[in-house]
Amino acid sequence: MTAEAAPLLTLRSISKTYAARDGEPVEALKDVSCTIRAGEFVSILGPSGCGKSTLMSIIAGLLPPTSGSAEFAPTWQASRLPNFGIVFQDPVLFPWRDVMANVVLPGEVVGLAREERDRRARELLRMVGLTGFEQKYPHELSGGMQQRVAIARALILGPPLLLMDEPFGALDALTREQMNLEIARISRESKTTVIFVTHSIAEAAFLSDRVFVMTGRPASLRDAVTIDLPRPRALELMASDRFGVYVSRLRKMLDVTRDLS
Amino acid sequence: MSTQSSPKPKGKTAKAAARRFGPFGDYFVIAAVTVVLLALWEAAVRFWEVPQFVLPPPSDVLGRLAIDFTSGVLIGHFITTLIEVVLGFALAAILGVGLGCAIGLVPVVERIVYPYVLALQTIPKVALAPLMIIWVGFGIQSKIVTAGLIAFFPILVNVVAGIKTVEPRRILLMRALKASPWQTFIKARLPSMLPYLFAGFEVGIIFAVIGAIVGEFLGSSRGLGSLVIQRQAAIDVAGVFSVLVYLSVMGIALNLILRSIAKRYAFWSHRSDAGEHSA
Repeated sequence: MTAEAAPLLTLRSISKTYAARDGEPVEALKDVSCTIRAGEFVSILGPSGCGKSTLMSIIAGLLPPTSGSAEFAPTWQASRLPNFGIVFQDPVLFPWRDVMANVVLPGEVVGLAREERDRRARELLRMVGLTGFEQKYPHELSGGMQQRVAIARALILGPPLLLMDEPFGALDALTREQMNLEIARISRESKTTVIFVTHSIAEAAFLSDRVFVMTGRPASLRDAVTIDLPRPRALELMASDRFGVYVSRLRKMLDVTRDLS
Repeated sequence: MSTQSSPKPKGKTAKAAARRFGPFGDYFVIAAVTVVLLALWEAAVRFWEVPQFVLPPPSDVLGRLAIDFTSGVLIGHFITTLIEVVLGFALAAILGVGLGCAIGLVPVVERIVYPYVLALQTIPKVALAPLMIIWVGFGIQSKIVTAGLIAFFPILVNVVAGIKTVEPRRILLMRALKASPWQTFIKARLPSMLPYLFAGFEVGIIFAVIGAIVGEFLGSSRGLGSLVIQRQAAIDVAGVFSVLVYLSVMGIALNLILRSIAKRYAFWSHRSDAGEHSA
């Protein structure tokens, strides 16, 4: 498919400088450039506090870059709808809404017809494995289930891009592995492009088509590592030699730059 | 009394009592203690032969309660005070929520208005009741205004606190959805604020009762407050006690109504954020 290779999002030398408390400017991002193709699963891998979330906020339009730009493909730029769904580290569900009402929230905001948003919500809840939980409230669900609701909510407008900011960072290790399998399947089924921010090397390698390593102060993106492993990927893959090669390569890239900074 | 109460669950002691005495344990304990206290009161009054006009025995007060109820003397006064309280509270709720939202949402309003609000708060509001009579007259209106004035501040303070403590990522989520300010308010800020709002209402309704009674003390021929003054003048102490009981019945009933509304619309408040802060 030629559409698969078309660029969906282009980051052009994005830089971000904050004013710190003492008035000193702090450079968080410097000259970040990359192209994300439609249908890709891309991870941004870096240590905590390296500026990954800042980059995510800039892509989402929640934070203006000091210089540079994040440009969506023209087809999507014209759209009235948000170009992306977003999943934070915490589910950020509204506790006064049940699961169904949480998932349809974006549909309400953009004015989607009730039947249409209910239909999509049911379909997405089935996809994330929460059929039968429509009337439950967030506090009645486990952390992993809450995050699935957040994923369904992020996908309800059928966005071309899903932004995930360390979405499984708050979950225990077992649930996290489970969710990794889930998100790989969901991104495949929904054919959504995913930008996935994480500080877990294994998670990035397991999920991604390409991994950008983000390091340094100010942070910038190092070359992308293409993870050439067949899909669908099973958890056993993590024990394989080929997977191990990717992991050590990524670790080396993280370590090298740590010495430099 | 603090006017800003945070929506925190209470009732650890009630739970402990329930564990010891079964599901209705705490009610049983309260009822038993009440009976014992009343019996002690009765015994003390009889033993020391306390005169009627100083402290009537509870049996007299109970008799008076029944007479007031059946004779219909009290019902008109009760309704008058109830109307004053409810209208005063409604006034305070509308103004408190309105101004509270403006202060919480618009920084300019906060900077200009809030210092005055905080300064006014230090005035004992009951001291303004005489002014209200000069300005609004001796009728029911001055009682409504006084009740509203006293109930206004706890509601306002809680609304402002509620708006300011909204989980910031809920707002971020709405921004990511390109929600309008109105949508963000209706779908995220307002529901987030409800637990604070109801905490403010619960204090406010009790304050409204105080305001109405003080207003009636200052000059009125109708209402439970004026009835207290009339009976005090007649040294009818059992009668005064009877009115006090009916007043507390009113306060409890209004509080229960508010609580059941809060339970309906802010049912999630005690456990809402458990999931989100589990990290």
